[in-house]
Amino acid sequence: MADYIPNTRLQQQEMLDAIGFKSVDELFADLPGDLVLKQLLNIPGPLSEMELERHMRLMAAGNTNTENHVCFLGAGAYDHYIPSAVGQIVGREEFYTAYTPYQPEISQGTLQAIFEYQTMICELTGLDCSNASLYDGATALAEAAIMACRSTGRSRVVISRAVHPEYRSVLNTYADFAGFRISEMGYDTISGRTGLNAAQTMAAQDVAAFIVQSPSFFGVIEQVGELAEIAHKNGSMLIMSCDPISLGILKTPGESGADIAVGEGQSLGSNLAFGGPYLGFIAVKKELMRKMPGRIVGQTADISGKRAFVLTLQAREQHIRREKATSNICSNQSLIALTAAVYLTILGKQGLQETAESCLQKSHYAYTELVKTGLFKPCFIGYGASDLQVPFFKEFSVKSAIPVDKLNKQLLQSGFIGGLGLQQYFPELENAWLIAVTEKRSRSEIDRFVAEAAKAAGSFVSAESAGRAL
Amino acid sequence: MKEEKLIFEISRTGRRAINLPVCEVPEIPMVDIIPPDLLRAKPAELPEVAEVDAVRHFTRLSTMNFGVDSGFYPLGSCTMKYNPKVNEDMSKLPGFTKVHPYQNDETVQGCLELLYRTGAMLSEITGMESMTFQPAAGAHGEMTGLMIMKAWHRHNIDNKRHRIIVPDSAHGTNPASAAMLGFEIIKIKSDEHGGVDINELRNAMNDEVAGLMLTNPNTLGLFDGNICLISDIVHDSGGLLYYDGANLNAVMGITRPGDMGFDIIHLNLHKTFSSPHGGGGPGSGPVGVTGRLAPFLPAPVIVEKEGRYFLDHDRPLSIGRVKSFYGNFSVIVRAYAYMTSLGAEGLRRVSESAVLNANYLMAKLAGIFELPYKRTCMHEFVLSAQKQKDIGVSALDIAKRLLDFGIHPPTIYFPLNVSEAMMIEPTETESRETLDEFIRVMTLIAAEAVSEPNLLHDAPHDTPVRRLDEVSAARSPILRWSPERTP
Amino acid sequence: MDIKKGLRYSKDHEWVDLQGSIAYVGITDYAQHSLGSIVFVELPQMGKVLSAGDVLTVVESVKAASDVYTPVSGRIAEINQDLEQSPQNLNDEPYKSWIAGIETNGSLLPDNLMDEDDYEAYCKQEA
Repeated sequence: MADYIPNTRLQQQEMLDAIGFKSVDELFADLPGDLVLKQLLNIPGPLSEMELERHMRLMAAGNTNTENHVCFLGAGAYDHYIPSAVGQIVGREEFYTAYTPYQPEISQGTLQAIFEYQTMICELTGLDCSNASLYDGATALAEAAIMACRSTGRSRVVISRAVHPEYRSVLNTYADFAGFRISEMGYDTISGRTGLNAAQTMAAQDVAAFIVQSPSFFGVIEQVGELAEIAHKNGSMLIMSCDPISLGILKTPGESGADIAVGEGQSLGSNLAFGGPYLGFIAVKKELMRKMPGRIVGQTADISGKRAFVLTLQAREQHIRREKATSNICSNQSLIALTAAVYLTILGKQGLQETAESCLQKSHYAYTELVKTGLFKPCFIGYGASDLQVPFFKEFSVKSAIPVDKLNKQLLQSGFIGGLGLQQYFPELENAWLIAVTEKRSRSEIDRFVAEAAKAAGSFVSAESAGRAL
Repeated sequence: MKEEKLIFEISRTGRRAINLPVCEVPEIPMVDIIPPDLLRAKPAELPEVAEVDAVRHFTRLSTMNFGVDSGFYPLGSCTMKYNPKVNEDMSKLPGFTKVHPYQNDETVQGCLELLYRTGAMLSEITGMESMTFQPAAGAHGEMTGLMIMKAWHRHNIDNKRHRIIVPDSAHGTNPASAAMLGFEIIKIKSDEHGGVDINELRNAMNDEVAGLMLTNPNTLGLFDGNICLISDIVHDSGGLLYYDGANLNAVMGITRPGDMGFDIIHLNLHKTFSSPHGGGGPGSGPVGVTGRLAPFLPAPVIVEKEGRYFLDHDRPLSIGRVKSFYGNFSVIVRAYAYMTSLGAEGLRRVSESAVLNANYLMAKLAGIFELPYKRTCMHEFVLSAQKQKDIGVSALDIAKRLLDFGIHPPTIYFPLNVSEAMMIEPTETESRETLDEFIRVMTLIAAEAVSEPNLLHDAPHDTPVRRLDEVSAARSPILRWSPERTP
Repeated sequence: MDIKKGLRYSKDHEWVDLQGSIAYVGITDYAQHSLGSIVFVELPQMGKVLSAGDVLTVVESVKAASDVYTPVSGRIAEINQDLEQSPQNLNDEPYKSWIAGIETNGSLLPDNLMDEDDYEAYCKQEA
């Protein structure tokens, strides 16, 4: 049994003797007798390391995964390529067994890496300041909403229905308990884009911020600039939730006029990992710097004038400001932020652009091929190579001829993890299917996927019509 | 030691680490799929380095760090125990890392089973009925737990309860989490034994108080023997009792918060359950509740039926989601591996050993530094450097001097109710030799405080950087690299 | 500890200097000393109406953040913009670096403010 306790029982007895205790039980004398457990807890184990490995390999082996299946599922978590150097670097013990860099003299590694991460997030988003990470894209959005309410003194936010449903759900929970209100603005059913008219009608004196996601949950690129204008005219802020890979080529939140950018950084070198740990990033205009939640790394000098890095603006944080803090956040997602910094370094300036371009081209190719089969229709017209009306990035939505769960079941047999059924979140989008295509998908994978999807949809359709004919 | 340049300063135009494959699909001209006004004007100024330079850069940075794998890390309230390597390997199995959270339940039975079993084990360890794994860290768990508290009172149409009581020794996240949810914070003093002042509690507790947030043992490392009385006082007034699980390492297999009367708890898997701290995260802060509060847990919850596992979204009383997906899964995998490796006996021995190690240090250091509470401690204890401060050497100076000996300093200036506080938590994974060395060094430093105080005022001497200017960093913050600023 | 004559002092270590109907409020030498090097002052908004005892501003040092309360009621008529760029003025010249000028509509200063002797005694007691 491994308990990782170096001292043997004999050595522990010697320690007890040295400090005047007869037994370990005496150390717990302060505990009221009836609270002390008389039996061992009813939990499994212990297992030796070998037995543990066997047990857990078995548990893991049964899971369908992206190594034995080809993934076309996205919806906020993506199967991007992770270069080998990323895992090697992040796996260094000095990075992952360290704590929060409260003692900067022995934490320059973490502090400088996070400073570099903050810089890269600013470069990606086109905004002035970033922090050292938040929990995920959803909670980052909620924190941004709270920031906007506090800064403007207003208590309502308006969010597009085309924002990730789980993000909206988290925002609802925070609003419900933290005491601000949410209104939703709809998306145009023809183009899939958040309606500018919808936004305009929601502009009111109590709106602290308008919130939009681009590319949206549907993969559609939103008219963020126009929405920012509407927001600013109303004295509100514009919060944009964005995909960091898309910022390799798409217009930045800064260029679009956003006051706050948030998003999910899982695409920057982290595994899908059944949902976590992921990475919430946030970037703001400089006027909002001191209102940012979470830890922030700043540059300074040490006593000999050497450049050094340190946690700064800590007076805003919970361990000092306590109930008046900007947020309650303490531990963040530091190692995942480091992962993002390493990923962006390995990909580099050129590599990120190429990755984004690849996602763009491959998703459009897959879309075109699926629609060509005649069994999948665009959910939103104006998609597609020849029509500039509604551009999309990395993800798109098509209407399947058959229910999506039947489709996905068939595809699973052929070795594919199919896209998300949208109807569960958007009842008005019957049989809608959200497909993600990253740079990792080869042409033959896409071609096979399209063929299998068509086969699955086609065979059901012909079975149905055969049934009707009888 | 030379300064390490920023990665942007090492960049050279045109260099790159990785090459992507040629795009095999027919390429459509960009202008035909994205209107130019939706493209960014200039590319992001990301690094341009070869792989060797990237690896060297981050490797050199890592050598300027100090982790549990580097040396003794007695940071009070953080439980910096050893992070077992087999847990790292298990968390990296493709069946756990290459799984998409939206895959059909049928295809992820192993993941759901792991979450279900971990929840069952943690419930058993803590005396709760069920858990949620959504919260990503302890503070997030506190917030979630308080939301459940609020929802409970709302459900009982008990809408006056807008106050939360917190002891003066509480961790800063407690009042911060409560304030985020609009609660008014009432602070109560500790008594002379370091526990909750019962009279103050009685006076503060009424039908406008939603509940009390507590940890036991508390942040002074002391077990509050009045806990059952405290529980009665809070419950008799219709309030709920919340447990900050940061100090669970002291009591596993020995007692349980559920038995003490707590209604809602959060745990820190990256503390008690050996997941690494990652330089500040990711953590995991699961929340557990007693039966009557279970309906309020965030949805979905994992249910088991005839050996199959499902995500149950049908939870009408749920407070809602507090995070996307299901929680920091890889962190939970490590916690599962840890608990399964140890079993019930192992976990009990962990707490016993943690408490022994702390008492050993406390007994040996009590003569050298002031000990504000002369009681048997639990897994951590607080010393005061007031005696040293009186001759001009602060807890900060002592902490900085420890760095020269390759030891991470304890937590300083917390809890707030002890002056020049130094909170020491050795954990169970330290040998007697490591503890004796710490005693030797602390004794030496105390002697230096008398004979050579300047050695302490100017400490550390042997670290890559020394005594950083935190004032300028806060007055004129520089939060990113800029090309103009490079010399 | 420096204490200036002719001013009035609050229990929270603010000073008040009534000039005509404007009450200028700042923090004392005792206050700046306990805060340490001040890194940021969150300046209040012009025109804001406050009651005596309300939070006027938040003053941040590296390791602490403190509320500064207004000892007088009124409307904020002036704010010391210098403090935005040079928060350290509060450390260097606490009695010259007023934070805000509050329009009191000519009413007298509250009774609970101390003169310099009482404040000096109060500080000795606090220490």
